[in-house]
Amino acid sequence: MHAIEILGLEKTYNIGFWRKRPKRALHPLNLAIEDGEIFGFLGPNGAGKTTTLKMLMGLVFPSAGSARILGMDLHDPRMKAQIGFLPEQPYFYDYLTARELLRYYGQLSGVDSRQLSSKVEEVLEKVGLRDSMNVQLRKFSKGMLQRAGIAQAILHDPKVVFLDEPMSGLDPMGRREVRTLIEELKRDGKTVFFSTHILSDAEALCDRVAVINLGQLRGVGAVADLTSGVKGKVEIVWQGSAVPAAIKSSGAETHIAGETTRAVIPEQDQDAAIDALRRERLRLISVTPVRASLEDYFMAQLKPSAEEVVPR
Amino acid sequence: MNPRIWHIATNTFREAVRDRVLYNLIAFALLMSGAAVLVGQISIGIERLVVINLGLTAVSLFGIVIAIFIGIGLVSKEIEKRTLYTVLSRPVRRWEFVAGKFFGLSGTLIVNTFFMAIGVFVALLYVSHSFKHADAGILVALYFIILQFLIITALALLFSSFSSPLLSAIFAFALFLIGTFAEDLRGFARLTHGIARWLATGAAYLVPNFSALNVISQVAHDNPVSRQLIAYNTVYALAYTVAVLSATAMIFERRNLK
Repeated sequence: MHAIEILGLEKTYNIGFWRKRPKRALHPLNLAIEDGEIFGFLGPNGAGKTTTLKMLMGLVFPSAGSARILGMDLHDPRMKAQIGFLPEQPYFYDYLTARELLRYYGQLSGVDSRQLSSKVEEVLEKVGLRDSMNVQLRKFSKGMLQRAGIAQAILHDPKVVFLDEPMSGLDPMGRREVRTLIEELKRDGKTVFFSTHILSDAEALCDRVAVINLGQLRGVGAVADLTSGVKGKVEIVWQGSAVPAAIKSSGAETHIAGETTRAVIPEQDQDAAIDALRRERLRLISVTPVRASLEDYFMAQLKPSAEEVVPR
Repeated sequence: MNPRIWHIATNTFREAVRDRVLYNLIAFALLMSGAAVLVGQISIGIERLVVINLGLTAVSLFGIVIAIFIGIGLVSKEIEKRTLYTVLSRPVRRWEFVAGKFFGLSGTLIVNTFFMAIGVFVALLYVSHSFKHADAGILVALYFIILQFLIITALALLFSSFSSPLLSAIFAFALFLIGTFAEDLRGFARLTHGIARWLATGAAYLVPNFSALNVISQVAHDNPVSRQLIAYNTVYALAYTVAVLSATAMIFERRNLK
């Protein structure tokens, strides 16, 4: 059984006041997410990521198609007790303290009242908010709110966690902490479905990713496969700031940082470049084939296809 | 009560308390104490009548204003601030959310009315120096005022489920005003003929009959309120509230939370 199964899910809004006209937010989407995987849902702003998540959460009704989570219908309360959701830029009841907020959500999720207090404290500890648990949320910074959001999403020990842009608004330390939390969720056997446009996070965390743009799925695959392609270039790093003429003449892109120089050259010029470094007595540090990054894959998927290019 | 409805209701009550809604009690206390002192000096022989009229009208107006201004934001504010997303992604049905919000605000209004009622009785004691048997009628008037709050809270929630806060406030106030003259509207309908009679009668019975729920003047003049009216108003207010809440739930069940 798939953890999440999306079958032709589609959304069209009717926009306009008097003369309604259809606007398709999501073209038929088919996806299957395996149990225990971290799945990245990538796309630029307005691509349809949040619409998809809202349909999965039962907040927006699909125009066509269906989806099942843990083998259950989207509106099945038994399924909802087993999922956690962090919306994009979450905003919570700011008159509550972090502890009260989590108690409230725990009660709504049906957490046993005898275990609720200890669960709340445990989760607040996990997201680094234990010291602020009696502070009203109106006094929280954006990063603290994001942590509270993650806490409410994992409080009831869900099997599947949906995170909409979980790194947005976080400083580098906060991002790292959230990354660690997501990795912990995977270790605990949870399935994580998260949307993002920060590709480095997706590359570091995800088992598989899907790229969506203008409401259409552009590609799905394992991160390892998508980033394994060799681009026919090598990166050479050596000590010193001198660049041998042989490397300059190969049309290399060179970057000098302090006492090291990095050059990306065509693969066939690799031997000549290494010989030139030896001749000039420059110490070679590394030679690495340049592989395709997730960013390369992402950008390639975003390029309009031939039928999408409207001739002028 | 369903535990999810209970938790949503208690959270709504807590929000009202923390947003200092009950601070209106200070304004009410000042009004009642000022009125009691002033009435004692200027109205000879009718102090009781004036205090009951003024006190109960103030209880009603304060409550109506709170019911409308908080009620119109109960759903729309949650959608606008997206707090609803983390509630409805849990095993909470939409109708349970509507019911929880309704009970939360109704609870706030009942607590508020309880304290204001104490204020009315204290002012009454100040001007009359003692209570009499007929004063029990004040409790009936207060009960009817609470029934009005239930209807207006349900209406505010209904408008809040599909309209902006400003329009919701206008609709709710308009219905409150029209409902205050519901008996006149029904009388007018009886004077019309043909299709106009159908339309006027339909409109007169569709708006909430707040005039039947207003016995302030009757109570102030020591006229007893019949048991039949108490029973009729109870059934009417509860049926009207349930009908409006059902409509709210039906609209909200189909709404896309964009």
